[in-house]
This record gives sequence, structure tokens and C-alpha cells, in this order.
Amino acid sequence: MTTQNRSVIIIGGGPAGLAAAAALRQQGVEDILILEREHDLGGILRQCIHDGFGLTRFKEALSGPEYAARFVDTVQQAGIEVMTDITVTELHADRTVVATARSGRYVFKAQAVILAMGCRERTRGAIQIPGSRPAGVYTAGIAQAYMNLKNIMIGRSAVILGSGDIGLIMARRLTLEGASVKGVFEIQPYPSGLPRNITQCLDDYDIPLFLSHTVTAIHGTKRLTGVTVSQVDSSFRPIPDTEKEWTCDTLILSVGLIPENELSKMAGVLLDPRTKGPRVDEHYQTSVAGIFAAGNVLHVHDLVDFVSLEAERLAESVGDYLKQAPADEEAVPVEADPELAYTVPQLVRADRDLTVSCRVRRPLNRVRISIWQNDQKHVTRRFRRAIPAEMIHLTVPKEKLVPGEPLKVVVEHE
Amino acid sequence: MNKTLTCVICPNGCQLTVDYEGVTIQSVEGALCSKGNQYAEQEILDPKRNIASSVRVTGGKAPLVSVRLTGPIPKKKIFDVMAEIRALSVAAPVEIGQVLIADVSGLGQDVIATKRIDRI
Repeated sequence: MTTQNRSVIIIGGGPAGLAAAAALRQQGVEDILILEREHDLGGILRQCIHDGFGLTRFKEALSGPEYAARFVDTVQQAGIEVMTDITVTELHADRTVVATARSGRYVFKAQAVILAMGCRERTRGAIQIPGSRPAGVYTAGIAQAYMNLKNIMIGRSAVILGSGDIGLIMARRLTLEGASVKGVFEIQPYPSGLPRNITQCLDDYDIPLFLSHTVTAIHGTKRLTGVTVSQVDSSFRPIPDTEKEWTCDTLILSVGLIPENELSKMAGVLLDPRTKGPRVDEHYQTSVAGIFAAGNVLHVHDLVDFVSLEAERLAESVGDYLKQAPADEEAVPVEADPELAYTVPQLVRADRDLTVSCRVRRPLNRVRISIWQNDQKHVTRRFRRAIPAEMIHLTVPKEKLVPGEPLKVVVEHE
Repeated sequence: MNKTLTCVICPNGCQLTVDYEGVTIQSVEGALCSKGNQYAEQEILDPKRNIASSVRVTGGKAPLVSVRLTGPIPKKKIFDVMAEIRALSVAAPVEIGQVLIADVSGLGQDVIATKRIDRI
């Protein structure tokens, strides 16, 4: 088998991969290959038919497929090489990429590899709901793919577990298609989706949201016949005698997303237990030289607009990397305040403009979030309210940064 | 009267407090931009939403094409519009932005395709 050489191989043709490819080409990088396992480019956006995408990026409200089409068109017009219906099966630290398609097995060697595989949904197994195993239990994304791509109606009466955005979007979608959505049950004491989706997907259709509740049993043999729901205490333990039976033929799980890590792990990329994705510096370079990551494979985003921007920042660094590997300023850690769930990047070299993305652990009112280095405050943003559902971004220009000095992201209550 | 709303215009999702008497808006607080003020007013007087769905396609590479409206319609008309969308079937090819139903339910907005579906 001959090995084909490429400057850049991008694994995944969703929003992150497409934006990275387009931005790299704009910098004059010629030899780019996108590997996509589906038949079409666009990734998860293909099934996100609701509108509201692109407000940051294009200043208009687009549906997911329209947002994707803008990048697909750019990539195609630029003549960037794309292979679809091909699955990457191996990634090695020396940037060897092995992929399989109907036409055979391919081996590539790249100067830089961009991880853009997105994320996966947590499943029933991941949250261990007891009970039988009837048909009618779907993750929200699978339900969305059936309804929006395959024209398969998934059920008539649904209960939704988890208040993630896709679950909320599916509550509205099912209602519009004539199904009855009995309620959304969230184990946390606050919703995990965006406030605007609570309004326009639940409140608009009088779908109740029950906080501090979870599904504790699943009933039915062939098809789901109902679920038991219980209230939970502050440690998420079901409270005895709060069980209530809900009749339904469909249970939708919207219980979290996790970066797709199989290939990253194979290549020896170090993961961050907080983001559950690769640990990166501000170049979006992982612990393995020449392997970069952006988008939901790195950390799960709330808005695709931010995925595109992140991938474009990555492309800037990959472009520089191809010209010459960076002079390796020592990477120092970014220390996250205990109120923050994580920061991306986790390391900085202080040799380019820095964007820090982070999320708070719990809803906070009236806070200031700042980046400090050496008793020097580089930037502050004030928030009337900061919630876990919304990613927060802070930027610091390169000139302000001091190489070799750790950064701190600090949350202060006002 | 006082009402708290979440603006749905953009991902900021501003929490708005609207003070109003009947159909007269006295004040809107909490919006980061002027769209929030317009939204609050609209929401009190006649709430409007854009909707997205899909339409059956014959002879296409996919069985469905995703659609949305060109602009928001009164909330109380959503299910009328959905009935029209559900009754529709179109033949491939379909282009992004193609008008599939003009002036749907006489509300001044069109149903447009948001995906390209090629012929088989």
C-alpha cells in the first residue's frame, strides 16, 4: 500500500472541518484533504433544520443546512479536495492517517492533522436507567436524524429526559408534527439548554419543564409504554415516594454530549477530564506535535458560530506551523477559577492573540470574569447573569501576554 | 402590568422586563440592543415566531427537504401554516431559497427550501 502525502488532513467535514479548510486555503495552503464518513458534508448541521444559526457570523438567522451550505460552497469553489463515505480507522502520533472506504484502504501522511470529528451523545447506558429495553427510547440527535433526514416519525406521545438544547428543539419539532410532548424532566435544579429555547420550544407550546426530576424506570416489552419519574435531592438521588407514572410511547434522551475521542486516544493525545476533549494550547495544538483540534471534538459548544470562529483561529496557527514549527515558547497552564467548569485552551505559549473559552459550573448572578497574569489584569467582562448553557469568551492581544507566566481566569462576585 | 420575557431574537437571550398597560408599552428594560425592545413590544401585542419543518420530495436523493419561513408569523397561526406545509410535496431538484409556498396562509411570508436536493 502506498502512502499519500498531504500538507493538512482534516478529519470530519462538519462546521469545524469546513471552516478550518476554507481559512487554510485563504492563507494559501494548497494541499488540504477533508475526510468525511457521511455521504454529504455539513455534519450535524444537516439535521438541525431550525433557524437561529449564523446570527453572530452572518448577521442573519439561518437554518443549519443553510449555514453549512455557505461553508460547503466556499470549500467547493476553492477546489479543496474532499473524500466522503470514508472512515478514518487509525491515527498515529507521526500523523499517519489510515482510512477505509468502499473503494479500499488508504494511508496518508500529513504535516498537520486537524481533529474535527465533533461529539457524540450520552446514551441510556451512560446514565444507567433501570427497566426493560423496549423500542421507543432515542437519543435526541437520533430522533432528529429520523425525523429531519429520513422522514420517519418516531412516536405519538413523548417524554423528554434532559433539557439540553437538542431535546428542547425536538420537543417543539414533535409538537409541530402532531405528537404530544408530556414534559421535559431535568435532573439539575436549572435548565441545561439556552433560555431562548425554553421560551420558544417549551413555553410557546405549553410543554412543562420539571427541574430536579429524573426518569427512574422504563416500562414496556416490545414498545415503550411509559416511564417512572422521581424527584431528586441535591445529590441527584431519587427521593422515595415521589415516583409518578407517565404514559408515553417515546422517551427522548437529551443528557449531554461528549467529544469523540477514539482517534485522539489512539494517537496518544492527552485529554482534559473537565472538557473530556483534547488538552490544547492557544494554537489549538494537542499534546502531540502537529495534531490540532477545534469544534465539538475539543469542547462542546452552544453555538455553531463559535465553532467556525474557533476553527478559523486554529487555521491561522496551522498555517504558521506549516511554514515553520513554532519556536516553542514554554507552554504554561491556564488556571481556572473553581466557579468555572473548564477553560480552553488549557495551556498558553503567549506567542499569539489569545481567546479563552469557558463555562461556569452553575448559574451565577452579577459576576466579573477576568484574565490575570502576574498581578496584571489583562481583560474583564461583566455578566448580569452567567449560566452553564452559555459559553463565555475572553480575548487578550498577544502584546499584553508575558511568555512563561501562568494565566489565571478569575470569577468575582459583585 | 409587569411581565418578564426572554428575548428569542439572538443567543444572548436577554431577560426583559416589560411594563405595559393594555396595548401601551410603558417601558422595556434589560435588552442589550434595540431588537429586544421591538421583540418585547411584539410579544405583548401579537407574539410572532419563525418556524422550520420539512417537505416531502419525490425523485430526489433525499426523501425530505428542510424548509423555513422567510419571516415570523403570528404564533396563533403556526398550526395553520404547519397544515399547509404537511400537505405539500415537491419534485426534485430543489434549490436553497426556492419558494415552495408563496404567502403561506395569506400571512405575507413564504415557505422556502433550506437545503439543496438533487435528482436521483
